[in-house]
Amino acid sequence: MKVAVLRFPGTNCEFDTQYAFEKLGHTTELVWHESKELPEDIDLVVVPGGFSYGDYLRSGSIARFSPVMKAVSAYADAGGKVLGICNGFQILTEAGLLPGALKRNNNLHFISKHQTLCVINNDNAFLNKCEKGEVLNIPIAHADGNYYIDEDGFKKLEANGQILLRYSDENGNPVVVNGSVTSIAGVCNEAKNVFGLMPHPERALEAILGSEDGVRMLQGFEA
Amino acid sequence: MTAVVNVFLKEGVLDPQGKAAHHALDSLGFAGVSDVRIGKQIIINLETEDRATAEAEVKEMCETLLANTVIEDYTIEIN
Repeated sequence: MKVAVLRFPGTNCEFDTQYAFEKLGHTTELVWHESKELPEDIDLVVVPGGFSYGDYLRSGSIARFSPVMKAVSAYADAGGKVLGICNGFQILTEAGLLPGALKRNNNLHFISKHQTLCVINNDNAFLNKCEKGEVLNIPIAHADGNYYIDEDGFKKLEANGQILLRYSDENGNPVVVNGSVTSIAGVCNEAKNVFGLMPHPERALEAILGSEDGVRMLQGFEA
Repeated sequence: MTAVVNVFLKEGVLDPQGKAAHHALDSLGFAGVSDVRIGKQIIINLETEDRATAEAEVKEMCETLLANTVIEDYTIEIN
């Protein structure tokens, strides 16, 4: 598999993401945000975590206008798979590639810790190696991870199986972490080829880091 | 001309900063506060002297970049 990892001014998880996919045996290529095209023959675009443009104005709001995002939109419209992690999730919602928006955590804190998550739907490329209802341990690190969507939007998400992950306790019961609507931690688009989540699966690949649960998430993209 | 844009979270969308400030005011003894909302003000100096043009341009700026209309409302004042 060939993975394109985007890089904006302020991105800081591009090397972790690259390491993660290469550890799984894939080739990766970093793509600078000014690039108007994506590399040829890629199987996945990852918009990694960080602080694109310093989170000025709103997280992800300026990065979405970078030239490369036009290419990402076209790639997604043609059915290409796109994964946004943390700041990448914020960028994809700002770009309208994913529904909803991320706002400041309810407690106004930057939250950085290991967090258990419940797999809500696995009928998608991202989580097909996980079981529905399975509880995963994946680190979170964000200040603006409070997912918001209005009631109509939420109903659509639920009906289409677009809710991927919820913050949960060890038994899979939803817990309030940052104020997200119904504890949502990750969603996908209607066509199920664009995925976004606040937790960092690329930081949970080795037992020495406290969890290997990120492996199966990222393996989901393997054909 | 100058455009003053005020951006606030929509009614019904919890404003964590406003809530924190409200709580702090309460702790300081300001008992008569029923709600606090915190937003941002953006002042834009425009070259045009035509009010309608200015308004249309700033509206487009708000819809494109300055506000995220999924969660935020904005008002525009042209001076």
